[in-house]
Amino acid sequence: MQRIIMPYEVIIGLEVHVQLKTKAKAFCPAPYVYGEEPNTLCDPVVLALPGTLPVINKKAIDLMIKMGLMFGCDIAAECKWDRKNYWYPDSPKNYQISQYDQPLCKGGAVEIELPGASRSVMGEHKKMELTRIHLEEDPAKLNHNGNFSYIDDNRTGASLAEIVTEPVFRSGDEAAAFLNALRMALSQQGISDCDMEKGQMRCDANVSVRKLGETTLNTRTESKNLNSASAVKACIEWESKRQIALYEAGRGAEIVQETRRWDAEQGYGYTMRSKEDSQDYRYFPDPDLMPVRVDQAWKDEIRATIGELPFDRQRRYMEALGLPYTAASALIGDPELCAYFEQAARLCGKPQEVANYVVNDLLRELAAAGEEGQGPLPLAQCRLTPTRLAQLVKLTAEGVITKQVAHEVFVESFKTGGDPLAIVDQKGLRAQNDTGELEKLARAALAADPAAVAKVKGGNDKAINALKGPIMKATRGKADPKAIDELLRRLIAEI
Amino acid sequence: MNLTTFDTASSSVSRMEAIISRCNAVEPKIGAFLARDEKDALSQAKASDERRAAGRALGPLDGVILGVKDVIAVKGQRLSCASKILENYVSPYDAHVVEKLKAAGAILWGRLNMDEFAMGSSCENSAFQKTHNPWALDRIPGGSSGGSAAAVASGECDAALGSDTGGSIRQPAACCGIVGLKPTYGLVSRYGLAAFASSLDQIGPMGRSVADCAAILQTIAGHDERDSTSLKVDVPDYMAALAEPEKPVTIGLPKEYFGEGIDPEIRAKVEAAAKFYEGRGCKLKEVSLPHSSCAIPVYYIIAPAEASSNLARYDGVRYTRRSAAATNTDEVFSLSRGEGFGAEVKRRILLGSYALSSGYYDAYYVRAQKVRSLIRSDFMKAFEEVDVLLTPTTPQPPFRFGEKTDDPLAMYLEDIFTISVNLAGLPGMSLPCGFTAAGLPVGMQLIGKPLGEAQMLQTAQVFEKAHEYASMRPAL
Repeated sequence: MQRIIMPYEVIIGLEVHVQLKTKAKAFCPAPYVYGEEPNTLCDPVVLALPGTLPVINKKAIDLMIKMGLMFGCDIAAECKWDRKNYWYPDSPKNYQISQYDQPLCKGGAVEIELPGASRSVMGEHKKMELTRIHLEEDPAKLNHNGNFSYIDDNRTGASLAEIVTEPVFRSGDEAAAFLNALRMALSQQGISDCDMEKGQMRCDANVSVRKLGETTLNTRTESKNLNSASAVKACIEWESKRQIALYEAGRGAEIVQETRRWDAEQGYGYTMRSKEDSQDYRYFPDPDLMPVRVDQAWKDEIRATIGELPFDRQRRYMEALGLPYTAASALIGDPELCAYFEQAARLCGKPQEVANYVVNDLLRELAAAGEEGQGPLPLAQCRLTPTRLAQLVKLTAEGVITKQVAHEVFVESFKTGGDPLAIVDQKGLRAQNDTGELEKLARAALAADPAAVAKVKGGNDKAINALKGPIMKATRGKADPKAIDELLRRLIAEI
Repeated sequence: MNLTTFDTASSSVSRMEAIISRCNAVEPKIGAFLARDEKDALSQAKASDERRAAGRALGPLDGVILGVKDVIAVKGQRLSCASKILENYVSPYDAHVVEKLKAAGAILWGRLNMDEFAMGSSCENSAFQKTHNPWALDRIPGGSSGGSAAAVASGECDAALGSDTGGSIRQPAACCGIVGLKPTYGLVSRYGLAAFASSLDQIGPMGRSVADCAAILQTIAGHDERDSTSLKVDVPDYMAALAEPEKPVTIGLPKEYFGEGIDPEIRAKVEAAAKFYEGRGCKLKEVSLPHSSCAIPVYYIIAPAEASSNLARYDGVRYTRRSAAATNTDEVFSLSRGEGFGAEVKRRILLGSYALSSGYYDAYYVRAQKVRSLIRSDFMKAFEEVDVLLTPTTPQPPFRFGEKTDDPLAMYLEDIFTISVNLAGLPGMSLPCGFTAAGLPVGMQLIGKPLGEAQMLQTAQVFEKAHEYASMRPAL
C-alpha cells in the first residue's frame, strides 16, 4: 500500500549572497563590473600587495542600511569589521573582511508570494524572518582546469551582502518564492541587479527534516551555490527526500552535518566536504579598519530614498485602484512601467482601463518594436506617452470612439506618438452615432439573413452575432457594439 | 635658519657621490644595505640640483639623502622585508610617506636591512645578512630597524626611515647612538608599510639630530585617506617649535622603568639626564605605570595575533616566492611558507594563530586587549601630572651577535621599555645620552602625550644642545 500522507516536514534556512550595486569594490577604489577580461579590475589593494590597506566604501554601507530598513531590520549603531581567516587561493589576503558578531542588520523579514491555484489567482503571502544581513568581500573566481586552477581577481573584494534567514521555510516553493521576492525588491531599489546567471545572487540552503509534531531540529546539510530559484526548489526537494528515505530506512545516522553540491543539470546532490574538517576561522576585529558609526540622521537620509516595495504596491493597485491580480502582478515587477501606468491613470482617472492597455497592448507593442535580439523596446524610447494613453482612454470612456477603434488608434499613436484625437479625426474613426444610418444597415442585415433571424426568434441567442458582422464591417468598427445589439433585438422583436 | 644637520648648500650630486663612496668604503664592515641603486640615486640628485639652479627647490628636504627600511614600498624598488618569501618582489607603488618625501625633493637611497618582517631586536633575523653596530662591529645594531640606525650612524645616508611596532626605531637608535622617533599612532599613514601588527606599527624618522627627525616628521605626518587609522589632525609646525625659547617642563620618571634588570651604567646615564633637566628648571616627578609588567605578555599576544593574519598573504600564490616542490594547493601554501619564512616569523605566526583559535580567543586576545587599555590609562593618568616621561630606551647596551639567539624571551625583554608606548599609541623617541665605559652608545627615551611630538622634540633638543653626542661619529 502506498503511503499517502508524508508524516515529515522540511525545515529550511537560506543564506543568500547578493553583490551590491556599488561602482567601487567594498574596501578599495577598484571598480567591479561583470564580464570583463580576467584580472583587469585589480589594484594593489585587491591583490593584497605588501603595505596595502582597506578603506570602507561608504556607498556599500548606504546600500546595506537601505536593505536593512526595507526589510525592517534593526540597524546597528556601530558597523564593525572582522577578519575571517582561512587558507584558499580565492582570497589574496587569505582572510576575508566580514562582520562576525555584530552584523549591520539584525532581524527583519522579507514578504513572499507563493504560487496561486492558477495564474490568475493570487497565492498566499508570508513574511519570512531574517536572522541578519552583513557586509563582506566577494572572493576571487577560480576556474579549475585539470591539474591547474586559474584565478580571476576581478570579483575579488566586490561588495557582497550576506542575508541569513531563520529556519522558517517549509518547502522548496517557499524558498524559490523568497529568492524571487528578494530579487524583485533589491533590483527595484537599486541595491543589486540580482542576476543569478552573473553570480550577483547566490544561494545556500540548509535543509533538515523531522516528523510532523516534533519540535527539535535534526541534523542539517548545507547545499552550496544554488544558481537559480528553480535549482533551489529542486535541490531542497531532492535533499529532503534523500533525508526522509534514510530516516525511513532506519539509517538516519548517515545524515551528517556537511556541505553539499547540487548538480542542476543531472538533478542530484553530493557531498562536497564534511563539517568534521570544518575550519577555525580565527575571527578577530580588523585592526586596519575603524568601526563606522551609523546615526539617526544617516538612517533618515537613506530611508528617504526607499521606494514603495513591490508587494505594498501590489496591495495598493488591487485594493485602492481595483486592478485585477493578474494586471497588478504584471505591473509590480517593473517600476518604470508602474510609473507610466500611474501617470496615465492619474491623468484620466481610469486605472483599470489604463492597466489593461499597459499590460496587454503596450507590452505587446514594445515587444514587437524591440530590435532583433535586443529584447523589447525600452519604455524610455516609447513614443506613446502616458499623456497620450490617458487621452485615448478618455476618448473611449466619453464614447467618442469605440473600444475596437481605440486599439487601432493605440497602435497608430504608439508608432507616431501622435495625438489620439487627431488620429481619430484624420482617419474618420469617430463612433458611428447616427441612429438613422445604423437602423438602415440593421434592416438590411435582417433582410439579408432571414435564417439567422429565425434562429434568434427560435431562442438561439448566439445567432444574433451573424447579423452584427455585416453592420460592424460596414461601419468599420466605429459603431458601438452594444448599440448595435440593442437595435437588432428591438427590430427582431418587432418582426 | 637651518636647525638640521642637513647640508643643503652643497650640490646634491656631489653629496650623493660622497655618500656612495662612503658606502663603498664602509659597507663591507657594516652591512646596512640590502640594495643600493647608485644610478637612480644620482639621477634623483641631479634633478635636485636642477631644481635648485632654477630656484625651484622643494623645501628643506630637497637633496637630503634618506635611506629606506626594506619594509616601506618605493615604486620600482624591491621590497623584501628581509625575507626570502619576498626576495624578488618589486613594489609597483609608493608608500604614502615615500610620495610625500619625493614631493619634498628627498633622495631615496637604498633598501636598509632589518629583522625579517620587522620581528626582532638585533637584525639577526634578516634572511640575507648581518648588520654590524658601527660603534662595535662585533655587536648588534639593534632591531628591527637596525640597517637604518647603522647606516645613519656610519654616515651612509643623511637620515633614514624606520618602522616601530614595539621599539624597532628607538631600540636600534639607542644601540647606534642616533635619534629615532616613533610618532603617535595614526599621525603617519601606514599605506605602503608592509604590516607586521597593524594596531601598533608606525613609520618614523631616524637621524643624527632631533631637528633632522623633526624635519622628516614634518613632511611625512598628516592624514591619508588610504589608511583608515590615519588621524584627521592638523600637523603642528615642529621646526617652529624647535626654534622657540626653552621652556621648563614637568618630567615624569616611571619607577617601574628604573627597577631590576637594568644595566647600572644605563641607569646612571638616564638619571644624570634627569638631573640635567632639573638643572634647567624642569620639575622631576616620580610616577607609576602599574601595568608595565603586563606590557610584554600583552604585546606578545596582540602583535603575533595580528601578524598571523597580516602575513597570511605571503602564500606562494600570487606574487610571493612559490616552492618549486609544491604539487598541489595545500603544498603551495605550506611549502612556500615553510621555505620562505625564518624561525622567528614562524614562531610568531604560530603564537598568534594559537591566540586567535576558537576556545582560546577570549582568554588570550580579548583579555590582552583589556589589559592594553589599562596600560594606556596608566599613561594617561601620569600625563595628568607630567608633560613628558623620561626612561631608558633599552635595559642593556647592544649585545654581541648570537648572545640571545637561542633565548627568544631574553630577546623580547630588549623592548621592555619601548613596547608600552606602542600599546598606548603614544609618541616616543630615543636620543643619545652617553656611552658606557666600553664605549657603547646609551639611549634615553622620552615619551610624549598623544600628538605631543612638538613638546617631546623640544624637550629632547634641550638635552641635545647641551651635549655633544649628536656630533660624535664612530671611527670606521
